[in-house]
Amino acid sequence: MPRLTSGRRHTVRFTLNGRPVSGEAEPRMLLTDFLRHVIGATGTHVGCEHGVCGACTVRIDGALARSCLTLAVQAEGADVRTVEGLAGADDTLSPLQEAFRQNFGLQCGFCTPGILMSLDALLQETPDASEEEIREHLSGHLCRCTGYGPIVRAAVAAARSLREGSHA
Amino acid sequence: MKPAPFDYLKADSLSEAAEALAEAGEDGRVIAGGQSLMPMLNMRLAKPSLLVDIMGVDELGRIAEEKDTIRIGAGVRQAKLQAWDGLSRHLPLVAAALPWVGHAQTRSRGTVCGSVAHADPSAELPLVLTALKGGIVLRARRRTRTVSASDFFLGMMATDLKPGEMIESVSFPKAAPSTGYAFREIGRRHGDFAIVACAAVVDASEARLAVGGVADRPMVRTLPLPVSGDFDDALNEFAWALNARDDLHASARYRRELVRRLGRQSLEEAARCRA
Amino acid sequence: MVQARDAEGFLGRSIPRFEDAALLTGRGRYIDDLGAPPGTLHAAIVRSPHAHAELVSIDADAARALPGVAAVLTGEEIGALTRSMVVGVKAPVECWPIARDRVRYVGEPVAMVVATDRYVAEDAADLVDVRYRTLPAVVDVRAAVEPDAPVLHDGLGGNVISERSFRYGDPEAAFSEAPHTIGIDVTYPRNACTPIETYGVVAEYDPGEGTYDVLANFQGPFSIHAVVARSLGVAGNKLRLHTPRDSGGSFGIKQGVFPYMILVAAAARATGRPVKWVEDRLEHLTASVSATNRATRIEAAVEDDGTITALSWDQIEDCGAHLRAPEPATLYRMHGNMTGAYAIRNVAIHNRVVLTNKTPTGLNRGFGGPQVYFALERLVFEIARTLKLDPLDVIRRNLVPSGAFPYKTATGALLDSGDYPAALEVAVADGGLTELIARRDAARAEGRIYGIGMAAVVEPSVSNMGYITTVLTAEERARAGPKNGAQAVATIGLDPLGGVSVKVASVPQGQGHRTVLAQIVADELGLDPAAIRVTADVDTARDAWSIASGNYSSRFAPAVAGATKLAVDRLKEKLKRVAASQLNVQPDDVTFKGGKLVAKANPENAISFSRVAAASHWAPATLADGVDHTIQETVFWTPDELVAPTADDEVNSSLCHGFIFDYCGVEIDRDTGEVRIDRYVTMHDCGRILHPAMVDGQVTGGFVQALGAALYEEYAYAEDGSFLSGTLADYLIPTTMEVPDPVILHFESPSPFTPLGAKGVGEGNCMSTPVCIANAVADALGISDVTLPLTPSKISEHLYAPEPEPKEQPKPVADEGGRKLRGEGEAVVAAPRQKIWDMLLDPETLKAVVPGAHSVEKVSDTLFRADVTLGVGPVKGRYRAEIELSDLDPPEAVTLSGGAEGGLGFGRGTGRVTLTERGPNETLVAYTYEAEIGGKVASVGGRLLDGAARVVIGQFFQALARQAGGGGSGGGVMSRLKSLIGGGK
Repeated sequence: MPRLTSGRRHTVRFTLNGRPVSGEAEPRMLLTDFLRHVIGATGTHVGCEHGVCGACTVRIDGALARSCLTLAVQAEGADVRTVEGLAGADDTLSPLQEAFRQNFGLQCGFCTPGILMSLDALLQETPDASEEEIREHLSGHLCRCTGYGPIVRAAVAAARSLREGSHA
Repeated sequence: MKPAPFDYLKADSLSEAAEALAEAGEDGRVIAGGQSLMPMLNMRLAKPSLLVDIMGVDELGRIAEEKDTIRIGAGVRQAKLQAWDGLSRHLPLVAAALPWVGHAQTRSRGTVCGSVAHADPSAELPLVLTALKGGIVLRARRRTRTVSASDFFLGMMATDLKPGEMIESVSFPKAAPSTGYAFREIGRRHGDFAIVACAAVVDASEARLAVGGVADRPMVRTLPLPVSGDFDDALNEFAWALNARDDLHASARYRRELVRRLGRQSLEEAARCRA
Repeated sequence: MVQARDAEGFLGRSIPRFEDAALLTGRGRYIDDLGAPPGTLHAAIVRSPHAHAELVSIDADAARALPGVAAVLTGEEIGALTRSMVVGVKAPVECWPIARDRVRYVGEPVAMVVATDRYVAEDAADLVDVRYRTLPAVVDVRAAVEPDAPVLHDGLGGNVISERSFRYGDPEAAFSEAPHTIGIDVTYPRNACTPIETYGVVAEYDPGEGTYDVLANFQGPFSIHAVVARSLGVAGNKLRLHTPRDSGGSFGIKQGVFPYMILVAAAARATGRPVKWVEDRLEHLTASVSATNRATRIEAAVEDDGTITALSWDQIEDCGAHLRAPEPATLYRMHGNMTGAYAIRNVAIHNRVVLTNKTPTGLNRGFGGPQVYFALERLVFEIARTLKLDPLDVIRRNLVPSGAFPYKTATGALLDSGDYPAALEVAVADGGLTELIARRDAARAEGRIYGIGMAAVVEPSVSNMGYITTVLTAEERARAGPKNGAQAVATIGLDPLGGVSVKVASVPQGQGHRTVLAQIVADELGLDPAAIRVTADVDTARDAWSIASGNYSSRFAPAVAGATKLAVDRLKEKLKRVAASQLNVQPDDVTFKGGKLVAKANPENAISFSRVAAASHWAPATLADGVDHTIQETVFWTPDELVAPTADDEVNSSLCHGFIFDYCGVEIDRDTGEVRIDRYVTMHDCGRILHPAMVDGQVTGGFVQALGAALYEEYAYAEDGSFLSGTLADYLIPTTMEVPDPVILHFESPSPFTPLGAKGVGEGNCMSTPVCIANAVADALGISDVTLPLTPSKISEHLYAPEPEPKEQPKPVADEGGRKLRGEGEAVVAAPRQKIWDMLLDPETLKAVVPGAHSVEKVSDTLFRADVTLGVGPVKGRYRAEIELSDLDPPEAVTLSGGAEGGLGFGRGTGRVTLTERGPNETLVAYTYEAEIGGKVASVGGRLLDGAARVVIGQFFQALARQAGGGGSGGGVMSRLKSLIGGGK
């Protein structure tokens, strides 16, 4: 691939929640800024820009990633998934989202998109995740409102509902 | 918190990456998983003029089983190693340490070699590499050299990596028969950098303890077996030799106390595993 | 758990929140999601790396020349466009949002760069060259009141900006009569409930009308609108302040965005373009507001049975470098509640407000409560320990008795309702205190370290806007005019299709206001809550609002929800009359049910709600006599009980008072000093519960923030004022793994003073939990001096036997002692002593030995300036360095002192070099040094960079030895020297 020079914008293309997107970015532009301000997908939030809070967590080619620690140009050609892609086509909440609503797993909602992306990945890979595994997985996220209890309960409920749904 | 400008090159091959880095010299940096480098770029603590992305280089993305060692390419993410089916058999110490490396959300991107290159004195992977007497393969253009872990880590984020060089791979010696391994760590919160981390290797003849989080690099020392009468004194000497300092999170004394406690516990556990 | 109390209606039930669908699908509308007008410029702020320094010069030419940069504004330019912000006490100080001639805390803005995007703005910020002359800093609050302390504001003559003494009852007599006087000294640390979303501001200026439009994720109180308008020099109606629909948490902190409203508005005016600024996390941790830290001496006069007859408070409050509005409110918010949950009639209070070289303070969840209760409840625990009583009995003996409500406290608060003894007994029984005590006894029998702590707390809510005037004397208050009340406002409107809209001047940051208000209105109007549209953000240009508007002091449920109830009641009465005339019944015979207005006597006789509701729009002539319209009702409500402070300084500082009784069991790991919360029980009486799940959400959220304050979180400063907690890897917010689920219990005593009987509930655990955990740790360890946060390292000091000394090596010199780096080393160099001496004074040699030197300039015989690049690993920065030689004793000894300053921070140090002749061509170079680093590097990388400074110092002496040795006995010297650097490694 050719060297992308600083101070100039280069076209970046990838798939966002199943649809092709493209935009212009300097090499240094963070994926968070690209998603939010170039593409207009503002569901992914910025909390710390040093990889600790987890609010910006997305999936890149299936793997969880802090989008604040990822350059937009690194996402070239990738399959990027964000919170905007979780709900069903007719905007019905996914079982995970619905569990958050039923269990009051969010208050201000700012950290929630990253947490949802993390749990979505966990429950796909480990549908029978225990509460302890869920807690450990969530330790990569900071929430300041809920005290975490309702989030853990929501995640446990979502796991149960996904398991039951898949057996049905 | 936005990075200063830099050029970006996504290398298609090892030679392309090595060539570009050699040309850039001090101003070039490898970017792999980005979990250590990106925060420093965002904070503008580091301002390289060129980033060479090696994640597109297939040959760097391999975990290779060799005769006595497991070779891990510079593009291997921590999560990939953690999921590798030979891990607990061949590298039980690494298996014990990996869950302590950051969080699932950072292990999914961060690479093993990236953590080694960053050389944070509290990081787990440099510690176990040192404890196991592993090696690092460094490449400058077409020349490679292998450095032992104990020679590679020079201090706080300082390594033997020369300008224009890159890490090509690290190699961990495979678990030896009748050798026991153990890993212990105390951090402030789950997933934090270690206040003290201990990696222990015990075989029939010797007990080796590596300590992270205290000195400016992982430090290793051979000690008498924990059952021996002179063990406590020897461990105490090691604890003092690490030259701990007070910081925001822990006093120097607390660190020494943890070295003595975790050091003993981890060596005892390693000795039990051996038996 | 709470049962739904209004089984018929929605209020009191935990219905899912209407806010959530948008927030769960990425459709939140936080400030940075709203887009900005075309042509918007983006700001970045240059901030001081020093805690205290004179601003010598700011050279922004290079920054202004960078393509894309529209302006660089310094204190001078901002000062020309604005006025000093109002200060809450009478004192000869100014308060600017940007440094004018002096910086007084690390992170204080010194210049604002405005450019086409944030990346370019940060590029330019790096190019702004600021020169400082550093001054001694004062960080410790007790040191700040000493006569020899460095003074921040020359006009004050010292650092005490306010001092008042108060006396209620007859404390002197009570102390002289009591058999025991028991006292305790405590300090409460700096921390902040820092939200995950940072500050954001977008501002525009219309020169034609002279108006500012400011969008900010501000939380209120809107009394701050007046502060901002006055600072911008415009009438109140020429400042439109509005807030986004969603805000990513606040917990008080987003009150502190207001100085940036002024800065960004001034930048918009200066550039003629809209300007946007979004704070980044480093800025937030370093320079947004935090809670005050406080040093308190508290004493009690105590009877043998534990009855407290008097309290004496001596509080020194640290508000940081400037007294920013509404400070010193943290200190006075609790003034009516200085006796907590206890009936104590005699109180003496001595309050001092002090300025130090730390970030200015502001609102923070709990607001004054954590500081007060940490002292009071630690004292109660100490009374029990001293008199060998059960702490629970001491609490019981002193609680405000059942049946005493409303109860007026000694300092003037009117405790609205409750039954503290009954709530306490329910908590003891239902929370399992007996079992917990058995667990403690069993653990101790096994040799484990286990303790139980308790705390009883009164949680005030709905602040009296006049309480802050308690800081003034009665005469000063009389001159200024009384201030009191807490205006809440709600508007309810009906649209032409009969839809119901509610608008309140609140700014929720996740508290579910829209859902609860929909529940209230739906119940009253017989509608589905999902049909009620609620807007809960503020636009001062269009909405009904007042100074108390906003979301703070837990005022939503008691005040804002209450005002909404009053508004819907008023509308309801009118709708009844409209319907009654059409149904041919009396208005009182009309009821609202299932989307209809129904005659009570005959359910068949009904008319649809939408039809009645639409009548005012489509057919006003058909309205019943005396009904003007039903289109919109706005109700302002302020409680009569919130009167101004009296001439005797009694103040009803808050309207509502919840009661909390907490207890917990903790176990301490003997090896590591880690604290594990075994069980935590928290009993709340917050009056009537409007939405049980949201109440519990407030409790758990507050509990975890308080757990952070107790065990993890601190905004730490070095002695020189360097800020040490600059990243979220250093400011430790608890994660799922550190947090237990508390047992939450409820007791409901509706408030007689609020329309719905509800009280605030959001802040209580921030008041009760830190001290409850501290008491448990004190119980576990048998200690009385407990300082937060209770880090394992701190706790371990009480656990370990004396440390074994090293036998084979010297104890390291650079071991303990704060952040100063100390070290020593020596090297034998193959060169004559005089030669080495000459080298030390020679710029060319210095250029060769100063690490990374590009140039060295000899300013005088003893002063050198250098331009250096220093780095460790990838962390590289360019610095200006100055080296001064002093105490010259040629050719034997010299002191080198110096400093380096650059974009990444600064370092300074002193070293003494002695040269000893070993032979004609051999010299022993020995050195000792002391150094410290500060600025950005210290804030974000203190963990890593202390060691780096040591490396740089080592490099200097290595190079000196190498240069002096001239390669003569190079290798040996080098390895010897290397082994000595840092001592003993």
